[in-house]
Amino acid sequence: MTKRFFGDSAVLLGRSLRHITRSPDTIITTALMPIAFMLLFVYVFGGAINSGSHSYVSYLLPGILLITIASGISYVGFRLFLDMQSGIFQRFHSMPIARSSVLWAHVLTSLVANLIALVIVVLVALLMGFRSGAGVLAWLAVAGILILFTLALTWIAVIAGLSAKSADGAGAFAYPILFLPFISSAFVPTHTMPGPVRAFAEHQPVTSIVNTIRDLFTQQPVSTDIWIALAWCVGILIVAYSFAMVIYRRRIAE
Amino acid sequence: MTATTTAQVQGPAIHVHGLEKSYKKLEVLRGVHFDVARGSIFALLGSNGAGKTTVVNILCTLLKADAGTASVNGFDVATQAGDVREAISLTGQFAAVDEILSGRENLTLVARLRHLKDPGTIADDLLARFSLTDAAARRVSTYSGGMRRRLDIAMSLIGNPPVIFLDEPTAGLDPQGRIEVWQAVKELAGHGTTVLLTTQYLNEAEQLADRIAILHGGRIMVNGTLAELKRLLPPAKVEYVEKQPTLEDVFLAIVAEDGKNGDVVNDRSVGTDN
Repeated sequence: MTKRFFGDSAVLLGRSLRHITRSPDTIITTALMPIAFMLLFVYVFGGAINSGSHSYVSYLLPGILLITIASGISYVGFRLFLDMQSGIFQRFHSMPIARSSVLWAHVLTSLVANLIALVIVVLVALLMGFRSGAGVLAWLAVAGILILFTLALTWIAVIAGLSAKSADGAGAFAYPILFLPFISSAFVPTHTMPGPVRAFAEHQPVTSIVNTIRDLFTQQPVSTDIWIALAWCVGILIVAYSFAMVIYRRRIAE
Repeated sequence: MTATTTAQVQGPAIHVHGLEKSYKKLEVLRGVHFDVARGSIFALLGSNGAGKTTVVNILCTLLKADAGTASVNGFDVATQAGDVREAISLTGQFAAVDEILSGRENLTLVARLRHLKDPGTIADDLLARFSLTDAAARRVSTYSGGMRRRLDIAMSLIGNPPVIFLDEPTAGLDPQGRIEVWQAVKELAGHGTTVLLTTQYLNEAEQLADRIAILHGGRIMVNGTLAELKRLLPPAKVEYVEKQPTLEDVFLAIVAEDGKNGDVVNDRSVGTDN
């Protein structure tokens, strides 16, 4: 059964990756908005923002990377919704395959698409003056956290895709997530914010993740933030995955 | 293909006994019984909302029945769902094809998921059999409704499952597309495959099915061959009616560009019941 799961997931992953290569606009639009934010904040607002670091683009990049992921995952919900609408889900489910591979293929596709978008954003940041002396290990740690964050958000997107009533609804859930980085340490240090806002900003997942990635990029020793960040990612991942599976089972066999 | 079909457990290909299913308070199936003999075409006839799709989905292991038993190819749909899925394929109400992939890629995808050797050859054979070779490399989104349905059915044949479910295979098709699908279904049964099809078009059941069952009010009202069903009504009266060509006859005569569809057009009696 496990052999079948990996084989079937690989075949279905190939299918949805082909979808992406045929509509590369989904990756470009994913990368476009974070890049626009980056340009806007660095060249328009950046001069007036005192982030306490000498390169604002370097300060900004971790938050921009999270925005990239948040904007990328809405496509998973969308693709999943289309699959359910088109009846191809039913075909897959009436075939002798590992059923959960249908979902995992979408999740892994989201991961691949988001990683490509992230690489594009980092390349643009390099052009804009982002520099990091981080070593291989630090970069791997950054990649690991971003992958975990992508998986966690992707499973939220799966819930949206499975329960949405329309294609717009399947993508719309991403907007609140997209907004979270703005009330975090992503753009400005949290100590400049008024009390309640600051309290929220310092205790939501984005801040700890942003701080951890920032420390890794600037070769600072990572604080306890990394454990908080990991706890958030793993926690969201487990809760979202469990919910998604419950909804999935309910959708495929009533 | 015939070898695998006949090598299976003896008995009916599909056996349905006392099937019940409700959606909340709406009773859709209230004790459905029927058997489908191996290698035959069985039509489940009913109006919209009669529960045809519910029956098909239960038999395809997509839905659980509230009561009753059903087996496909000798396997119980509830307790041996995995074995049932090995033995069947479903062509649902909406063409379950991947629009972004090409026709050939759709076929190789299914062949890979069925763990078959040489998906490329399987795909090419089916493309030829369903006259889709010219369109093989094109994205399915550019296909006509009839082509899409033919591809859909071709995908269902991969791995030669002994039992095939076709849920309203011609819904939404133009007359030409319908004829293309009918040809494909007839060919299937010729190869020894058991076909259960649902339809709301009476002439479709007449054209294709060995046996016809009418599902109404959650039960099978009648079940028999066309001749048997006809005997249920008073004997035919002889009336003299001038037979005008129907609009459909005219349409088909004009659009049938090649001889391929010609013979079907001629021996069809479609439209006389209108």
